[in-house]
Amino acid sequence: MTPLVRSERPNEPRVAEITPRGLWLRRREFVSGAAATVAGAAFFGACSREGGDAANANEAPPADTLTPKQDATRYNNFYEFGTEKTDPAKNAHLLRTRPWTIAVEGEVAKPGTIAIEDVLTAFPRQERVYRLRCVEAWSMVIPWLGFPLGDFLRRFEPTSRARYVAFETLLDPEQMPGQKRPVLDWPYREGLRIDEAMHPLAIFATGMYGEDLPNQDGAPLRLVVPWKYGFKSIKSIVRVRLVEQEPMTTWSASAPDEYGFYANVNPAVDHPRWSQRRERRIGELTKRPTLPFNGYTEVASLYTGMDLAKFF
Amino acid sequence: MASATRARRALGWAIWVAGVAPALRLAWLGAHDGLGANPIEELEHQTGLTALCLLLATLAVTPLRRVGLAALAPFRRRLGLLSFAYVLAHFSLWIGFDNGLDPAAIVEDIAKRPYVTAGFAAFVLLVPLAVTSTRGAVRRLGRRWVQLHRLVYPAACLAVVHYLWLVKKDLRPPLEFAAVLAVLLVARLVIPRSRARAAPSRLPRKGAASAPDPPGAA
Repeated sequence: MTPLVRSERPNEPRVAEITPRGLWLRRREFVSGAAATVAGAAFFGACSREGGDAANANEAPPADTLTPKQDATRYNNFYEFGTEKTDPAKNAHLLRTRPWTIAVEGEVAKPGTIAIEDVLTAFPRQERVYRLRCVEAWSMVIPWLGFPLGDFLRRFEPTSRARYVAFETLLDPEQMPGQKRPVLDWPYREGLRIDEAMHPLAIFATGMYGEDLPNQDGAPLRLVVPWKYGFKSIKSIVRVRLVEQEPMTTWSASAPDEYGFYANVNPAVDHPRWSQRRERRIGELTKRPTLPFNGYTEVASLYTGMDLAKFF
Repeated sequence: MASATRARRALGWAIWVAGVAPALRLAWLGAHDGLGANPIEELEHQTGLTALCLLLATLAVTPLRRVGLAALAPFRRRLGLLSFAYVLAHFSLWIGFDNGLDPAAIVEDIAKRPYVTAGFAAFVLLVPLAVTSTRGAVRRLGRRWVQLHRLVYPAACLAVVHYLWLVKKDLRPPLEFAAVLAVLLVARLVIPRSRARAAPSRLPRKGAASAPDPPGAA
């Protein structure tokens, strides 16, 4: 349940070097089982091998295994590069991540811009293994390299009027060809309440699997808020603004009845069109139960007294 | 005459191959780690899309025949059954992997998720059509066969709605299917029926030169 946190030290084996071999072997089994289904055979065999229904909430949740890096880099929702899951891996090479600056503005005593190189030297990276739960009911386990968002924000000295933090992705249809179509209101925007942003679990990530972030995963700098649905974890950030009012966020503006500002992972509150009670962990065949706050229940106190069905 | 028979036979085989190829492709991809990070979802999407393509191809037979392209006419049933095979695979994946064969979860999915309701309704409508696709059933049911098989229209509409309702944001792909379906349905209304109006009960024997076009049938 608790995140694995450690500093990045050169002598330690990096996560990228630990081959999740068992998972890979098992995965082949899954895939050939699935193929056999289409061929019209071994269907029920494949199911029973998986142990059947994983939805029984009384059982302890199945263990977390690192998602293979290959999957975390070829199955992405990053509409700036296309709406298919495989589009970002194909198109993200168009993004230039150097030079890159992040503007920090609004309710801060020391507004300014910071170059990504300075971010990397100013904030030592830690490795954090987090579950990532997409609002589409799939999930991964990813070893991020990053640093607490709170450390970053404090450097710019938020004022007492800073009640929310608004984030913005790069807007450049030449580098992000998906922005040529008005699928969403570009640029992508996200936001957090200031206490959520200051929570030690919320990080800015610049790497994963022991390496710098691939472009399709949000290089050079992205947000990771593990207790919220994946779309909150905005990628390729160029602007951070501290504000007094709850900021507009892209998905909730696009479909307010389906995506809220809070977007906390919550198995008890369904998406209007699909259930959030279970999820498919990438690499597994059947679904497993979804945990409140994606299992990070230490954040629950942030929402004391709030009706999470209303503030979904 | 002999060459026409050969050509028709070749077309028949081509349809078999075209209909089975997507399944073989998926099986091959599955065996070679080619289905991506979420293979079950990919199989669900691909079987659904192939089923819809074949269903639209089935629905295209009659309008094409009315504009003089009758080559596909003898193979309407084959296209329809191929489509249903993918529907069945699609349905089985959803039952087995999305719901782990749990009846309660399946019922809840159908009752609570409009896109599942639409997809399931389409499936339910297609089952009797597949079951009554034998020559014997056509003969036994007579006119009622024609009436029964009109269910393919609501089934196709529900299938497209199922696709539209499950898409998160980018509606373009399902709208393309909706446009093709609309064209096929409108074509059926505006292009006059040809003079060939064989009664549904007088299906020609296997290998006969012309295929029936029961009035109003799919």
